[in-house]
Amino acid sequence: MNFLIQLMNGLEMGSIYVLVALGYTMVYGIVKLINFAHGDIIMVGGYFLLTAATLWGMPIWVAVIFTIIACAVLGIVIEKVAYKPLRNSARISSLITAIGVSLFLQNLFMLIYKPDPRTPPKVFSSMLNRMFGKDKLTIYVNGDIPYDISYTTLLTIIVSVIIMLGLHFFVKKTKVGKAMLAVSEDAGAAQLMGISVNTIISVTFAIGSALAAVGAIFYTSIVPQVSADMGSMLGLKAFVAAVLGGIGIIPGAMIGGLIMGVAESLTRAYISSNLSDAIVFGILILVLLVKPSGILGKNVKEKV
Amino acid sequence: MNIKKMLALVLSGMLMLSLAACGGEDANNIVIGGLAPLTGDVAVYGVAAKNGAELAFKEINDAGGIGGKKIVFKVLDEKGEVNEAVNSYENLKSQKIVALLGDVTSKPTMAVAQIAAEDRMPMITATATAEAVTTYGDNIFRVCFLDPYQGQTMAQFAAQNLQAKKAAIIYNNADDYSTGVAEAFEKAAKEKGMEVVAKESYGADDKLFKSQLTKIAAQNPDVLFIPDYYNRVALIASQAKEVGITATLLGADGWDGIFNDPNVDASTVEGAYFCNHYSTEDEAKEVQDFIKAYSEAYGQQPNSFAALGYDAAKILAKAIEKAGSNDKEAIIKALQETEYDGVTGHIKFKNGNPIKSVSIIKIVNGQYTLDSKITAE
Repeated sequence: MNFLIQLMNGLEMGSIYVLVALGYTMVYGIVKLINFAHGDIIMVGGYFLLTAATLWGMPIWVAVIFTIIACAVLGIVIEKVAYKPLRNSARISSLITAIGVSLFLQNLFMLIYKPDPRTPPKVFSSMLNRMFGKDKLTIYVNGDIPYDISYTTLLTIIVSVIIMLGLHFFVKKTKVGKAMLAVSEDAGAAQLMGISVNTIISVTFAIGSALAAVGAIFYTSIVPQVSADMGSMLGLKAFVAAVLGGIGIIPGAMIGGLIMGVAESLTRAYISSNLSDAIVFGILILVLLVKPSGILGKNVKEKV
Repeated sequence: MNIKKMLALVLSGMLMLSLAACGGEDANNIVIGGLAPLTGDVAVYGVAAKNGAELAFKEINDAGGIGGKKIVFKVLDEKGEVNEAVNSYENLKSQKIVALLGDVTSKPTMAVAQIAAEDRMPMITATATAEAVTTYGDNIFRVCFLDPYQGQTMAQFAAQNLQAKKAAIIYNNADDYSTGVAEAFEKAAKEKGMEVVAKESYGADDKLFKSQLTKIAAQNPDVLFIPDYYNRVALIASQAKEVGITATLLGADGWDGIFNDPNVDASTVEGAYFCNHYSTEDEAKEVQDFIKAYSEAYGQQPNSFAALGYDAAKILAKAIEKAGSNDKEAIIKALQETEYDGVTGHIKFKNGNPIKSVSIIKIVNGQYTLDSKITAE
């Protein structure tokens, strides 16, 4: 039973990694850019939630919608302002710009909200409390030993799975989704076929950032603290998850994120809490040694 | 103005100042030296400790001083740096101080204590918690309790006052404070007959504790000890509640400040206990008088550093009075025999460290309330 709960803890965090990793992988798939500012969108999402719900006193569900939309808009703006002018220059320039955007966001929010961590509302526990009168599911094993699983954990996993499935269908079935696939395969040819590449790129950034905002809302339910640097480690791990699954491949991000979360939780529980990062990154190194393109990555032959 | 001229001006200015300082020597004064970081990263602590001490000396002078002589308290700013602290100490020594009150943080205090031990200078620090501080000589004293002492006290409190049988610990293994307090707690808990059913750790940057807390929850402990600083405590407490831990949470003085952010979910730490140097809720006359006097003098509530600085100054003044002269050995001997009821509890010294009561604070309705004062055995 303990093992199952530890697995749930891992899946919960893994789901958050997936939501963030999807943003990395979609952007990479479309514009071949590792968007290092993506982790900081989580941080911005946390502060938006804090501002809307606590400082402006919006009802919690309005604050959630506001956070998601504001992050999506921010994603589009960042792309238009920072990355679009460099689209045709060397890839290293965009990469360095991405790091610049990341530093800019971190310092901007530190300036506005001061360096001390702040406490955002726990979105789901208050909602669930109102719906069910409690926020935990208690399971009795062997009649007497109680085990608690919070509804937030279950909700995080369920909502993430729904989002993953939704995204999968969106990409495979809808016109915009297919256009995204086309642009990621060959932007030039896609444009010749009448696809507006600029619109598709904006849509990609908007979806990626919105997913990061959802990730932020779930994350702050577990870790009720926002600070300007909260996105860096989380973003880095989500990036590793994307690489682990095969960057640029949407199902890859899902597999990578879940593996990361579960490996982390089980290491903490059964090996050592100090080794969790080492083991997670060790898995990445192993996978890259055996299969450099990631778990689901396809081998692309260099044409000479 | 060129650099040479500027330098000459500064140097001559300093010469004049030091002459003026020498001119202040007077047979009717008792000069006590002080060291504190008044600027720099740890200035918050230094200023509070200095304010507390100055308040104490002012009260004594207003009441007629010591044997008709006024106390002159000369504080130098050591900026929280070891070199500055040593230089400032030498400077104070040349001004014929009879005793030293300081330093504030552990590192510079240790450096100064080593020299003061050779000089046989009576030295009392209000706030340096590192164990080594008082080991350099029998002329070095401190007023605050040591880190391990907090762990010991909380274990005793859990066993005796809460009747706890099973204890669990979660601590930060990248932090000396957290590790030290946790180890002392574990040792004392076992001595008091409690069973330590789980001891889990986490790293410096961790924000997720659910895996460790799930393991702790499975052991169903009576108390969970979390010796860390308040930002992390808020996260651990929140996640502990989520995984269904119902144990009473215990903490140490790092918890002070947990409600600095008013949005912290107070229900997660409701009913928790932590130990602190003193409580503003304490109704003892010493405490309330001190809080009143301090707020009037400085326009803010005194924190623990101010209270400790105040007590250190009072203890030192009392020892000088008892010694009856400026003789250093007599003052050291008087300090060793101190028995004093201060703001931060009843204090006497053993090997320079205080044996004193600790205030146990209980969190009730999101407020700190004084639960009890206990002295570790």
